[in-house]
Formats: sequence, structure tokens, C-alpha cells
Amino acid sequence: MELQFGSNTLGFPILSFVTFFPLVGAVILLFVPRDKTNFIKWFSFFWALILFAVSLVLWFKFDRGTWQFQFVERVPWIDKLGVEYYMGIDGISILLVLLTTFVMPVCVLCSYEYITEREKEYYIALLALAVGMIGAFCALDMFLFYVFWEVMLVPMYFIIGIWGGPRKLYAAIKFFLYTFFGSVFMLICIIAMYFMYHAKTGEWSFNYVKWLAYLNDIPMKYQFWLFLGFFLAFAIKVPLWPFHTWLPDAHVEAPTAGSVILAAILLKLGTYAFLRFPIPFFPEASKFFAPFIAILSIIAIIYGALCALAQEDMKKLVAYSSVSHMGLVMLAMFMFNPTGIMGSIIQMVNHGLSTGALFLIVGILYERRHTRLIREYSGISKVMPGFAVIFMFAMLSSIGLPGLNGFIGEFTCLAGVFKANWLYALFAATGTILGAGYMLWLYQRTMFGVIAIEENWYLPDMKLREWVYMIPFVIFFIWIGVYPKPFFKIMEASVNHLVEYVNMRTSSVNVSMDSSKMNAALSFLTDGKEVKR
Amino acid sequence: MIEYAWLIPVFPLVGMTINGIFGIKYIKDKAHWVAVPALGLSWLFSILVFIDVLNGKTALIELFDWIITPDINVKVAFWIDQLTAVMLMVVTTLSFWIHVYSIGYMGHDPGYPRYFTYLNMFVFFMLILVLGSSYLLLFVGWEGVGLCSYLLIGYWYERESAWKAGMKAFITNRVGDYGFILGMFTLWYYLGTLNFNEVFAKAHTLSPEIVTIATLLLFAGATGKSAQIPLYVWLPDAMEGPTPVSALIHAATMVTAGVYMVARSNVLYSMAPLSLEVVAIIGCLTAFFAATIGTSQFDLKRVLAYSTVSQLGYMFFGCGVGAYASGIFHLMTHAFFKGLLFLSSGSVMHAMSDVLDMRLMGSLKKYMPITSFTFIIGGLALAGIPPFAGFWSKDEILHHAFTSGHITLWFLGTLTAGITAYYTFRAVFMTFFGRGRIPKVIKEHLHESPPVMTIPLIVLSIGAIFAGFVGLKKGETTYFGEFLAPVIHVVHHANEGHAKAIPESMLIALSVAVGLTGIFIAYIVHMKKLIDPNEWVKRLWFLHRVFYRKYWVDELYFALFIDRTLDLAFFSWKFDQWIIDGVVNGAAWISRAFAWITRYCTEPFIVDGAVNGASYVVDLSARVLRRVQTGLVSNYMLFVVAGTVCLLTVFMFIRLF
Repeated sequence: MELQFGSNTLGFPILSFVTFFPLVGAVILLFVPRDKTNFIKWFSFFWALILFAVSLVLWFKFDRGTWQFQFVERVPWIDKLGVEYYMGIDGISILLVLLTTFVMPVCVLCSYEYITEREKEYYIALLALAVGMIGAFCALDMFLFYVFWEVMLVPMYFIIGIWGGPRKLYAAIKFFLYTFFGSVFMLICIIAMYFMYHAKTGEWSFNYVKWLAYLNDIPMKYQFWLFLGFFLAFAIKVPLWPFHTWLPDAHVEAPTAGSVILAAILLKLGTYAFLRFPIPFFPEASKFFAPFIAILSIIAIIYGALCALAQEDMKKLVAYSSVSHMGLVMLAMFMFNPTGIMGSIIQMVNHGLSTGALFLIVGILYERRHTRLIREYSGISKVMPGFAVIFMFAMLSSIGLPGLNGFIGEFTCLAGVFKANWLYALFAATGTILGAGYMLWLYQRTMFGVIAIEENWYLPDMKLREWVYMIPFVIFFIWIGVYPKPFFKIMEASVNHLVEYVNMRTSSVNVSMDSSKMNAALSFLTDGKEVKR
Repeated sequence: MIEYAWLIPVFPLVGMTINGIFGIKYIKDKAHWVAVPALGLSWLFSILVFIDVLNGKTALIELFDWIITPDINVKVAFWIDQLTAVMLMVVTTLSFWIHVYSIGYMGHDPGYPRYFTYLNMFVFFMLILVLGSSYLLLFVGWEGVGLCSYLLIGYWYERESAWKAGMKAFITNRVGDYGFILGMFTLWYYLGTLNFNEVFAKAHTLSPEIVTIATLLLFAGATGKSAQIPLYVWLPDAMEGPTPVSALIHAATMVTAGVYMVARSNVLYSMAPLSLEVVAIIGCLTAFFAATIGTSQFDLKRVLAYSTVSQLGYMFFGCGVGAYASGIFHLMTHAFFKGLLFLSSGSVMHAMSDVLDMRLMGSLKKYMPITSFTFIIGGLALAGIPPFAGFWSKDEILHHAFTSGHITLWFLGTLTAGITAYYTFRAVFMTFFGRGRIPKVIKEHLHESPPVMTIPLIVLSIGAIFAGFVGLKKGETTYFGEFLAPVIHVVHHANEGHAKAIPESMLIALSVAVGLTGIFIAYIVHMKKLIDPNEWVKRLWFLHRVFYRKYWVDELYFALFIDRTLDLAFFSWKFDQWIIDGVVNGAAWISRAFAWITRYCTEPFIVDGAVNGASYVVDLSARVLRRVQTGLVSNYMLFVVAGTVCLLTVFMFIRLF
């Protein structure tokens, strides 16, 4: 069998460059005196901007016609263990990499006034975070992926724990331990698969493509447990109901940039990882678990929206809306049809953009009034008309108004879901009503009405810096809403391949909820050690 | 000309963009110099396109790909046929004149450029709605106009009633759209396409049940957008918006989108007799029900609002009995006369310093001759008095209802016509005639509106007088019906025998008589005061109260849906805090306790023994978790990661060597 490791037509290790470029910036910052805050800020901004500019090469040079990995770099790393340094992206990950590089300069720019102490460390942490995120999206070696996956937690932990709100420690530790708790199960599964691979081929390797090629006949009873291990790690990250409670806390306590990154990128890592690892590794188990995941997702959609409706804190409201939206992403993904998966990827991007923008908006208000309670605001559009327009765009994008990006994702997701099971769609679509409910209500409670609190009369409208980082979001809202074709086109080949692969693997197996499979899976409990050989 | 039809929505789009970006800072009170010419161009192009269509041309203009996945293929494309042409004319004509009117009406408003931005945006989306060549593009316009409606109802956002009404409108519409989107999915699932051409061409492959389900779901969307039972509740409240908005959006154009959608999908509806029956019954009931409420309201605009709900009911009623062309015909005439009525009432409002209570009016004819004249023309058209526009279309609908065998509905419809005439002229007499009850403060300022407002009134009253003549008989059908014939799939009813039993002239005479009776009653009660309305209110207090409080539907919906949803929301949140998060925190607490035990009770012994991996982990977590209380965890977190990597390495080395 010839393995498709992919190739790099660019002749330049661009993924490594994009991944480690922020690290170089962070190292340079180490040597900058801490009192030169202005320099630190602008340096980080331009560094992140250059990062984004460079990453655009990926967009232009990406070959839309193939599902194979591109811009691949593959060198041995730890020879004894068979660990490789193997990076590459395909249609599934490219948009998320670009989303990350797009969000970075915004996050730097929105922190200028929010972060007032230990700026140097803050920008270093921010840049270090980018390394972990981009690396995790690009890594195709399981070991490498795991390293990036865990590395990412540390700067995020610091960002919440040091520059966060009043309950920052609780939130940071909860975030860290909860995510970490899940990752351990993934680690166990990775190790198990590592041995399984060795047992089969006699070679030690963490190579994703090799695993996919040779570990394609894992018996259902092992798949069952391996899938669950990965599921736990990623479901916490997504977060899928009922593993979501770390999210509102982390969001509320994190500084604006932290919330933006959390919502826009970190959550996407969970959904991306589902698409990258458990689904192609364990198609049978994935189909077996699909109904459960669908039910959890539907609960997440409705429950998240209901919780959002009850919030008094704007950030918490947006956080719960994330739970609701990510539920739809998960639901569409586990329908295993091209439309659903394309919808779910585009919805990941959309959610990153619209929720990111909403967190920035809350941040803008917070910087002015130092409160996020909805009742502290009313009639703001009178004093901040420009802000009201931007907020309106973000809100409409979030509730899926046709013509803006949210609709494209929501519609394709729901279409994919409907195609697989109309009953799921029936429930999932109620999210659109509730979504409009909590978002409009938030908007009107803060922006409409008369100004009741004296202080609010003196709120200044958006500053130039704020315009600079909000306008790109609006451009993306409209672009994806009106002309999403390039975004669909870039992922099409990879998604089609994935769906074909999964269907090919599962076509011979009748995957349904029958009790014999369940028993077979559970029998593993009694002869547990089998998995290693 | 028809190949340039795509420019029609582009003009308002450009206008909206210019006003949206530069309006507040630079253009300010000159915003109409952008918005009105844009609409003028749209109107002009629509007329040219209409002439092309009259000459038998139709066109499909494909602009660019929109949503393209392996299963979905939706292009941004415009489809122009006879039905579109009629809608284009209605939308652009009304929009243009209402834009002109707004210059006068909204002058001096601080949000002037914002107003015109929204208004242009509305026209843009409305044009997308009628031009769109697929259900999905129709839905874009459909939601877009909903947004503009929301923005314009809440235009005076400092008024609580205004933004509440806006939100109510949006959410209610979303409930309908939920049905609409599922209807679209149903069609897409079975036909693999959402383009009108393909859907209608392939429709015969669908089973009757599927068509019924799909059409009912689409109709659910229509009940939201076009304010039918059970989702009509938002429209009366929508009157919080500026009056030209009520005229344009909540009378003439947006609210008729549902009727347009049903007429557009007539191929599907004709395949589903059950759906048609539902449409007819809902339409007719709404017509009757809203008319009864209209008789008891004192707010001039609310009377007109309920009247709009009622007239929209007629349109659906027409579609439901298979007379789609008549439904669209009524849509067109209604756009003129109801637009006219609203604008006239706006003119009254303008003069009366925003007072709308008819109990504080009367004798306005003296002060506002043009407005009262145009209002009466609109009123006559609404009441269905020949030869005014409303007569022709309403009569056609009732006639079709009768001939298709819906005798009960026909009777209800005719009765409603009488009620309509009554409440219309109740409003006319209370507002323009009789003894003036106007407060002195207002009386001093009473004046006729400026020409920029009265000219649109005159133009629309010409429409309200003459628009009906396109419905003149031409052989078996009418001129209008013949024009629309290529688009409309004719339904043949089994029991058309009734048509022969009673000649059409009898029906016409009957409905005119009913209309005149309504006016006569209004004349006796509200003009001559031969009957004291108050006494009758006392005698029929129960009925009056039911009508006046609008059958308590709002209260019912609040109690049943809104409050329950909020209860559920609050419950979910508490559940989240205490149960789900409780488990998480509980687990954390248990491990902390465990860690404490390990640290102080078991560790001393284990340290003596062999150090194994398990205790290392426990120890590490113990240290980490213990630090939770002191708040200096940061350093240890690095340990966790380092530890994991070490662990991983250790495990592997154990296996390797």
C-alpha cells in the first residue's frame, strides 16, 4: 500500500514558520525591558500582523483539487520512539489555521487598555498560545499533536489566572484541570494505539497517516473504548453538554483577548480534533455513538440557549450561546454527510468570528464601565451609535440572519442534519428561535431604551483602535454571508474524501444500537489487557 | 431591458450603503437626496421591466454561486416572470412614493439618515424577496425585511413600547420561519433543489403527503410574516414605528410576502387540497376575527392595523380557494388603498401632534381637506364600494369562494365585508366629521400637510380608484388573471355547480349591499348619533370587552409561551449551576480531600516504600490541589505538563527496553 503523506509544493517549510514565528516574537520580547510597554504592544501587534500576512500564503497557494495533506514537513524527531515532526494541513484544517492567525492581531490590539499590569508577560503568553494552537491544527504526528495540545493549556492558564477577573484562580484551575482530565484519557488511547500499531507492523510510529492506513481494522470492542477516550478529551474541549460548565467560568473571568481566543480557537480545537482523529480512526464506533452525541448536541443547543436567556452577565450569556452553537457544529458533524460536515466546518469559522466579535464588544463596554451586568446598561446606542452598528452586525451574524455568515453555517448544518434525520433537525432548528430571543433581548436591554444610569451619558463611542479591529469582522460577516463559495471550495475535496472514507469503512458493517455489539464492547472490561497486543 | 433587472435592487443597496456609512456624520438632513433618487431609478427600471414582461418576455438572471455543497446548489439568481413583474411594480411604486412622503413626515427627526438607511435596506430586501429565483433566496429577502421591520418598528428606540414591539415582531416571525425553514428542507430533501423552476417541474414526483407537509410548513412561515392566526399578534403592535413605515412595510409590501410566497408556490399548493383548505380557513377566520377587533379600537392606526390583518386574511382566503390571481390582485389593490389610508392617517397624526385617539378627533375635514378626501377614497376602496379598487379584488375572491363551493367561508367573508365597511367608516366619521373634540392646544396648530406629503397621497388615491379596473372581465377570466395565467396553475374544483345556481351579478349586488349597510350603520351610530354607541357598549359589554381586549390572545401567549420559556430558562440555569457544576465541583472537592489524606496520612509511609508511578501522580495532584487554597499554582502547572510528558516517555521506555 502506498501511503499518502502529502507533499509540499511550496519548497518552504511554511507551516513551521507560521507555527514558530510567534515563539520567536515571544523570545524577542523576553529581552525587552518591561517598562517599554508601548514598544511591547506595537511589536506584538505587528508581529501578529506579519504572522497573519504570511499565513495568507496558505490561502493562495492551497491546492483546492486534492484532499491530501499540503505544505507537508516530515522529519524524524525522536527516532527511538518513532516520533516524527510531521506537519501538514488539508481542507479541514486550513480555515482554522487562518482563523487563528486572523484572531491573533485582533487579540493583541484589544488588550492595549485592558491589560495594565505585567504587560510583557501577557504578550509573551499570548504569542506562546498561538504556537500551541497553530501547531495543534497542523500536527499530523500524534505525539506532536499531544504536545501542542497540552502546551496550549499553559499560556491560557496564565492568561486567565493572572489577568483575569475576581474569581480568576477558580476559573483558571477549573479550566486547566477539567481539560487536562480529559486529555489524560486521550493520552491513554494514543498509547494504546501506539502499541496496537507496533503489534501490527512491528514498527514504532505516531504517524497519523500510517495509523490511518494500518489501524483500519480495529475490532469494534476496542474501538468502543478508544473512541470514548478521545471523546472525553474533545467533548470537554468543545464543550459538549454536560461537560460545559468550565466554559462560562473561564469566559467570565478571562480578559477580553482570552475570551476571544477561547471562543474562536480553543473550542474549535475540540471539534476539529473530532473530525481529524476519532471519526476517521474509528468510523464504526463513531457511527455507533452518533445517536448519543446527537442527543447530547441537541440538549446543548436548546439547553445552552435557555441558559443564555437567563443570564444577567453579558459574557456569561455569550458563553452559553457558544455552548448552543457548538452543539449544532457537533450535531452536523456526526451526521456523516458532506453537507453536514462542510456546514459544521464553516459554522466553526462563523462561530469563531461572530462569538469572537461579541466578546470584543462586551470588552469594549467593560473597558468603559467596568461591569458586564446587563442591567447596568440601557440606551447605549444614543451615546455610542457607531458601537451600536457593530454590535448589531455581530448579533445578527450570531442569530444567523441570511446575508451574513451565520446563516450560511446554520443552514448548511441544519440541511445536513435534516438529510440524515429530520427529527434531529426539528429539535435543532428551535435553536434559531431561542437564539434570536436571547440575542435580541440582550441587544435591546443594553442598546435601546433611555439611559437610566448617569455614568452612561459620558461613554465615548468607538475609538480608532477599536474600529480597526472590529471592521475586519464585519467584512468577514458579509463576505462569508454573500459569497461563501471560496470557503466551501477550499474544504470540499477533503470533506468528500473523509465522508467517502468513513462510508467505505462502515458500509460493510451494520452499525446500529444492537445489544450484541454493546455486550461485545463491554466484554472488554473483563479481559482488559488484550488491548496492548 | 429585462436583462438589466438585477439593477433594480442594486440602487437601494447603494443608497443604503452611502447613507449607512456617511449618513450620520456628513449627509445628515440631506439623506433623502441619496435615498429617494435611488428608489426613483428602481421604479423606472421596474416600469421598463414590466413593459418587457407585458410583451411576453421572462428571464432568469444568474449572478453568482451562493451556497455550493455536494447536495446544495443555490445561486444568487433572479427570476422575472409575470408574478414578479406585478410585485416589482407594487413594491417600487409604493416604496418610491412613501419615500417621498417620508421627506415631509420625518423631517426634523434626529435620526433622519438612519431612517432612510433602514428604508432603503428594506426595499433592497423586499426586492430580493420578489426577484429571488429560489426558496432560499426568497428566504434571504424574507428574513431581511423582517430585520428592517424590527429596526423600523423600534426606530424610536428610547420608547419602551417601540422596542418591545420590534422584538415581538422579530421573535414571532422567527417562530413562523422555523416552519418555513423546515418546509424548505422537506422540499430539498425530496427534490434535491430549492430553485423554483426545478421544484415546480419536479413537484409531480412528490407524494401527496409530502407536498401537504411541505406546503403547510411553508404556510407556517407565511402566518408569521403575513400576520395570520395564530401569529398575527405582532402586527398591531408594529404600529409603534413611524407611520410611513406602517404604510410601506406593515400594509403594502412586507406583510404581503406570505401571499406572494403561496401564489408563487401555487403548483405545490394545488397538489395539496388539505393545505389549500387550511389556507382558506385560516385566511377567512383571520379576516373575520381581526375585523371584529377593528370595530372596537379607538387608536386610528390600530384600526388600520387590524384591518390589514383582516385584508391579508382575504388574500389567503383567495389563494386558499384556488384563486391565486385574485389573491395577488387583492394584494395589489390593497397595497394602494391601505398604503393610502396609512399615509393619510400619518398626515392626520402630523397635524394632531402625534395624537391618534379618535375620541380626540372629529371635524378634521375642515382643517385638512386633501387628507380627508384621500382618506375617504381609501376608505371607500377598503369598504368595497364600486368602482374603487378594493371592490373588484374583494369581490373576485368572494366570487371564487362561492363558486368553489366554500359556502360557509363565503358567508363569513361577506359578513366580514360588512364589518369592514362599518369600522372603516366609523373611523372616517369619528375622525373627519361631526363635532370636533380636539383639545385646544392641538387645535391651534392644525394644518394641512405640506405638498411633499399630499402629492403622494393624491398619487396613491389615483391608484386606489383605478387599480381595480385591471380586474375587468375578459371572457372567462379577467385582464389581470390573463396576465398572470402563465404563472398560475388553475385548480378545478369538483363542485363548481354552485356557480350556475346563483349568477355572479347577484353575488356582486349582495356584497355591495352588505358594504353599504356597514357604512350606513356607521353613519347612524357615529355621524347622526341616532344610536348611542356607549349604550350599546353597555348592553353588549361582554362582546365589546372581548373585542377591545383583542380576545386576550396576547395575554394567553405570554402566559403559555413567553413566561414558560423564561421559567424554563431560569430553571436550566439553576440546574446548570447547582447540579451539573455541582458534580464538577464535588469531584474536585473529593479529590482535594483525597489529596489531603494522601499528603498527611499515607505519604509518610509511602515515601519509605518504593516510589511508583501511581503515587507520583497522586502526590503531584495532591501538591497541585493543595495549592488551590494558597493561590500559587502557576509554577506547578508547568510540572503537570512536564510530568505528563515524562510519564509518556517513561511508559514508552518501559515497553521498548
